[in-house]
Amino acid sequence: MNLKFCSNTTSYKSLVRPALAAALFLLTALPIFGQDWIKTGTGLGVEKIRIAVPDFKAANLDPRNTELLKTFNDTLWNDLNNAGIFDMVSKSFYPLGQIGSPADVKFESWSGAPPNAAMLVFGNLGSAGSTLTVQGWLYDVKNVASPQVLGKQYADAPTTQAARVIAHKFADEIIFRLGGGVNGIAETQIYYVRGASGHKEIWAMDYDGANQHPVTTLGTISLSPHISPDGSRMAFSSFTGSGWEIRMFSFDLNRIVSFPRYGGTNLTPAWSPDGSRLAFSSSRAGNSEIYVVDQSGGNLHRVTSSKGHDVSPGWNRKTGSEIAFVSGRTGLPQIYTMGADGTNVQRMTDQGYAVSPAWSPNGQFLVFSWMRHYGAGAPGSEDIYIMDIASKQWVQLTHDGGRNDFPSWAPDGRHIVFQSNRSGSLQIWTMLATGTNQKQITASGANSEPDWSWK
Amino acid sequence: MKQLTLRSFALLFALSAILFLGACHKKQPPPPPPPPPPPAAPTASLTANPETIDKGQSATLTFQTTNATDVSIDQGVGTVQASGSQQVSPSESTTYTLTAKGAGGSQTATARVTVNAPPPPPPPPTTSMSDEQMFAQNVKDIYFDYDKSDIRADQQSSIQADVAFLQQHASISFTVEGHCDERGSTEYNLALGDSRASAVKNALVAAGLGADRIKTVSFGKEKPFCTESNEACWQQNRRGHFVYAK
Repeated sequence: MNLKFCSNTTSYKSLVRPALAAALFLLTALPIFGQDWIKTGTGLGVEKIRIAVPDFKAANLDPRNTELLKTFNDTLWNDLNNAGIFDMVSKSFYPLGQIGSPADVKFESWSGAPPNAAMLVFGNLGSAGSTLTVQGWLYDVKNVASPQVLGKQYADAPTTQAARVIAHKFADEIIFRLGGGVNGIAETQIYYVRGASGHKEIWAMDYDGANQHPVTTLGTISLSPHISPDGSRMAFSSFTGSGWEIRMFSFDLNRIVSFPRYGGTNLTPAWSPDGSRLAFSSSRAGNSEIYVVDQSGGNLHRVTSSKGHDVSPGWNRKTGSEIAFVSGRTGLPQIYTMGADGTNVQRMTDQGYAVSPAWSPNGQFLVFSWMRHYGAGAPGSEDIYIMDIASKQWVQLTHDGGRNDFPSWAPDGRHIVFQSNRSGSLQIWTMLATGTNQKQITASGANSEPDWSWK
Repeated sequence: MKQLTLRSFALLFALSAILFLGACHKKQPPPPPPPPPPPAAPTASLTANPETIDKGQSATLTFQTTNATDVSIDQGVGTVQASGSQQVSPSESTTYTLTAKGAGGSQTATARVTVNAPPPPPPPPTTSMSDEQMFAQNVKDIYFDYDKSDIRADQQSSIQADVAFLQQHASISFTVEGHCDERGSTEYNLALGDSRASAVKNALVAAGLGADRIKTVSFGKEKPFCTESNEACWQQNRRGHFVYAK
């Protein structure tokens, strides 16, 4: 990922785009200050791989194939298009004739103009009885002698849901092979809060917004879902009638499991990357401070001690030895980092109203929500920013108005999910970590506080 | 026979006497006929039974008249029979006047129906209910500045009034809810609301209230009192809100 960072000391609007877009900005003579290009090693911003993905072919005449093929082809295309590392060859450039197996591939018609594809994804799908079978290949069409990069066969039930899952699995295989060994995210989940004032439940959905469904049905206000790194449990904060407590949902048992109640207002649980500990905010001793407990809620100890409110901790997902958090110790909330034991507190933002830090999987970046010019009478915009922790240089990722908050990293380090009301209602959006490819993935109701699963 | 003769004689004498006497007076014109007797004046009486009712109940007006051709009662009752009764249900104490008009004049009679003031609402089953009402009427919420949780100078009088009431009603326990306006983060606002609730509690405790009577909870911006996006509304939402507990 190439990011152009602006210095912390400049107040000019800074933009981040892949190289092409940045060049465009230079041409349009927008001022660019303090530019620094930083390699993030996630494959974003480097030259994208030009890939052709013709529709898979029906393997037989089963009438169910039509609908299953549509679901499969749409899902596979979207997954690869969303990955952020591919230049998808427009289907209008494809040669005539379907290809369902290696014998159908005419290499020159794909590697030459007009497709100029480097990679070709093709295959077939067929239902028979109670089985859906999909065969898929990934070909390096410029390597005629040994083109096959990947060949996979999947079998599942002949349902659209199974067709979606197979497409996700195959997409993730392709992304893993061509994306520098980083796992794809097509099979990941996003947990989020659904509901408006007074009644909010935790919901879950596929990373692309499909299969939205409730997880909790507590009939109260539940907030701040955070899925455990292994995906087996979800910590969140819920109003219990007398106060806010940390609650724990087990996906193995499909129910709430017991977790200690600490008294006071207990908020914003966050998992350490090894899943052994949780950090959260508690006012049990009078003021909101960050506490750390082990994964069962025991061994409670406080790690901050300040006059202001300390909330919204987020662990360094690479090392597990540092925690970013929000503190109002100097007035309006700002982003800080510290050791997981509370030592070495560093202030990261220098102005405005900065909240909701999330540490990148590679440990190098924070994303957070920031109103750089904030205060009574100056509402300003609230946007998502990415900051290089070592240099404290930041780049603004959202520019399209509204209130943008609660960024959360996908496990690939390439994608960020966040909430925005820019479309007129509070919804979940995803984007690449460069700020490009912003997509709204929920549409109805009010949806907020997304949390991307760790795998 | 003798007796008959005697009586005949007497009769004859009497007749003669009459003739004689009459012959002795001058002949006079006949006297005018006596004037007809004046028409009798009407009489009227009006009574109410009962004379005192509660609001919503009715009373019976009973009336009797004589020598009247036109009998009516005011206050909207209207023309009535010469005698009879009429149900009335005044909403407030009312004096009814019956007017009986006849050839002999008119006569009025009055009766008053007193309506008791509506009874006070039945006393609540327990004293805590009235405590709760008094609590709601007397205890004032405390308002805060943007992103602040210290008690503003202009809120001190509310604090003092709250303390005065709560000291007089020492059996009342309550919760202080901390609320925030819609701006800023859901999570940070919950911490801010917690701090506001605690600030109110601390001020009450410092003024002498027992800490064990006071619970605190934060609702951040989760339960706004007002949902518009302007300062007047935001100020309504930045508050410590008192909720009666027992």
